[in-house]
Amino acid sequence: MANISSNFLGIKSPNPFWLASAPPTDKKINVLRAYEAGWGGVVWKTLGSQVKNVSSRYSSVDYGGHRVMGFNNIELISDRPLDINLKEITEVVKLFPDRAMIVSLMADNNKKAWHELIKKCEDAGAMGFELNFGCPHGMTERGMGAAVGQDPEIAKMVVEWVMEKATIPVITKLTPNVHSVVPTGKACVEAGTNALSLINTIQSVTGVDLDTLVPNPYVAGKSVFGGYCGPAVKPIALKFLTTIAQDPTTSKVPISGIGGVSTWRDAVEFMLLGSSTVQVCTAAMKHGFRIVQDMCEGLNNWMDEKGFKTIDDFIGKSVNKITHWEDLDINYHHVANINQDKCIHCGLCYIACEDTSHQAINLQNENPYNIYTIKEDDCVGCNLCKLVCPVDNCITMDEKRVAPEYINWKMWQEKGLPLNDH
Amino acid sequence: MITNNRLTEAQYNQNFSDIHPMFETKDAALVAANKCLFCYDAPCTKACPTSIDIPKFIKQITTENIKGSAHTIFQSNILGAGCGKVCPVEKLCEGSCVYNLMEETPVQIAKLQRYSTEKAIEENWKLFERKPSNGKKVAIVGAGPAGLSCAHVLAREGVEVTIYEKESKGGGLMTYGIAAYKVTPAFCEDEVNYIISIGGIDIKYNQTLGKDFSLDELQKNYDAVYLAFGIGTINKLNIPGEDLDGVEDAIHFIYNIRTNEFKNISVGDRVAVIGMGNTAIDAATQSKRLGAKEVAMVYRRTEAEKTCTQHELDIARLDGCATLWLAAPKEIIGDSGKVKALVCDVMQLGEPDASGRPTPIPTGETFTLEVDMIIKATGQKPYTALVEQIGLENNKGKIILQSDKASTNVKGVFAGGDAINGGKEAVDAVQAGKDGANAILNFIF
Repeated sequence: MANISSNFLGIKSPNPFWLASAPPTDKKINVLRAYEAGWGGVVWKTLGSQVKNVSSRYSSVDYGGHRVMGFNNIELISDRPLDINLKEITEVVKLFPDRAMIVSLMADNNKKAWHELIKKCEDAGAMGFELNFGCPHGMTERGMGAAVGQDPEIAKMVVEWVMEKATIPVITKLTPNVHSVVPTGKACVEAGTNALSLINTIQSVTGVDLDTLVPNPYVAGKSVFGGYCGPAVKPIALKFLTTIAQDPTTSKVPISGIGGVSTWRDAVEFMLLGSSTVQVCTAAMKHGFRIVQDMCEGLNNWMDEKGFKTIDDFIGKSVNKITHWEDLDINYHHVANINQDKCIHCGLCYIACEDTSHQAINLQNENPYNIYTIKEDDCVGCNLCKLVCPVDNCITMDEKRVAPEYINWKMWQEKGLPLNDH
Repeated sequence: MITNNRLTEAQYNQNFSDIHPMFETKDAALVAANKCLFCYDAPCTKACPTSIDIPKFIKQITTENIKGSAHTIFQSNILGAGCGKVCPVEKLCEGSCVYNLMEETPVQIAKLQRYSTEKAIEENWKLFERKPSNGKKVAIVGAGPAGLSCAHVLAREGVEVTIYEKESKGGGLMTYGIAAYKVTPAFCEDEVNYIISIGGIDIKYNQTLGKDFSLDELQKNYDAVYLAFGIGTINKLNIPGEDLDGVEDAIHFIYNIRTNEFKNISVGDRVAVIGMGNTAIDAATQSKRLGAKEVAMVYRRTEAEKTCTQHELDIARLDGCATLWLAAPKEIIGDSGKVKALVCDVMQLGEPDASGRPTPIPTGETFTLEVDMIIKATGQKPYTALVEQIGLENNKGKIILQSDKASTNVKGVFAGGDAINGGKEAVDAVQAGKDGANAILNFIF
């Protein structure tokens, strides 16, 4: 059995799976249920000034018969009194001292407010802080949340205030509502943050009700942009994560990955791209806390199969596999092959290639099952047919190098090689 | 003893309730619809005699465009609702669904088709607009699937259509010749009303060709005539005792079930059904469901040569009907003019005959079944006398069509459906009606 325990800046947890700062971590009862289910830690829902919420608060995007492929919310930070939150944090830490207890913070925009909040939370038993520089709705209008994360200078200033006071590890959570997370990430690292976490939610409109013509979520005939999360945002999160993991400054600090993690497979992908721990919210909100059990078992089994003894053995292993386009090997080529024994003759590969790609699939009309074969000479190896094929491993991409040696785009141009393949 | 009123009202209702109940919720339909892969040049569409664009109508269910879905179906098959209930889908669309090749159960095409079309009928959606009348007049003989399908295409094009129907209701064998647990006469009536609601279709009921009107009159009064009068009674067995009380024709038996209350239908204690086509199954299962104690299906070949589908045979077996293979009726024995027993030859299979199936040959052995009722379901007879009388080229009573698959040898007279093919599925008749309408449109314009 592999060891899946985590040590994040000295904050230990039995597994690297934390619940992200969100409704599931707003109250003692929720957090106790999460710990009982087996979660490694929580980031307690953001504490700050007293706020008031609206109804409704959530909306989602469904796809192909599956609910909540994407999810958005317009909820604010914790709307419960600070002293109740602090009292419950103390009680929870006492009951589960082996779990990570990170507290998310978003104080008013002055040094004194931050210092007071930090002191109170440390006294309550917090093991670490996560600075909420990411919330894209409600708080931004008050100059907080994403309004801080979008401006590296402001972010730097706030982190400096925090670092003056905090005696426990500080994680800064970044907003994806920017063209690049690196400038803010860099500023925060330079200001002394001990770690980074990303991504927060993405500003979004999930849809419009076709009867009322009001977008979602509905609040008395109106809506607002909400923070988007869930499986739909994972690819965007992985991209932002990679840029932080690759930058020389930001890669110096550990990262807690967030954004659409639903399964152990998603978690491993985040970890391979540089996350030391991962945070989950939407999947738990959809299915309950029980999902952590398969996350632990799946991670463990995968590590055993791969021969990884601890999570540190594989964290970051895929970071340098993402390169610049101009460094890709132009002589690499592969072509599709359709396994006729597995083919169910649905024609999806054919129509995708014929209508939208390179007309590289041959159609032989039969009744009722047409026969589809690859025209190897016309196949550019784009993967589209393989992606749309409903049968596992029916279409495979077989390597057919153009030439044995590595050559990239820059070298190609320097050598004056022909550009037009057609 | 042959008697009626064997069961309680509740038992009858249970025995004859819809064998394939509809999706109870939109969610259930969506789960089923989302299973469809949206195949290109889909095998299911190719397997449908009317070529319904099945992936398209299922996709339209997933986008909650149910009107569009119903339109897609009706465009190819105006009897799409009824066909969704009575088609042998396991050998057509569902049988060729690509999921079968994954060793998975196919998409529930028939049930999804019913989902959209029944909603259309229930809400009386006007999905087709009739072109302004062009003054052309066409007479159709028979308001079954072929006649109705032909009429709808013609009406859409602005033709004035008059249908002459010998029964008091439309729908043909859908109304009069199908097991009640598949489709009710009330549903058939709704379907007929929905089809003719497009306008330009007048159905004259209780009008029999050769009795109440002649082909000559139709030829005189209309620009074209479409004959879709179907097929007649069951072939005779030509064995001793066939005229005894208790020997019945499956078509009559089913007709009576369709036109009476279940409690008024008499059935024997021990029933033998001769034949192994879908009509034989309908007769056997309904005998059982009417309260017969024992039902045996007698067939002169083996299970491999049966003409019913496996699905139909499974229904009969689940109803408790016995199957006697390699048994050919030899003689019916009576007592005081009533059926007492059926003597059968034990058969063996010989060389293939003209149909390609092995010929059953008597072994010389016989056995006797004690029965009090015998239902014959050994294929239907074309209306040979009628066809001869009106001077149509035919093959043993089956009208012969020209190369356009719609014209007869008489100019301006077209035909289609069971009167040509000797009895196929309702969905085949619907396609024949479309072909006939297109040939007629070419002829009259």
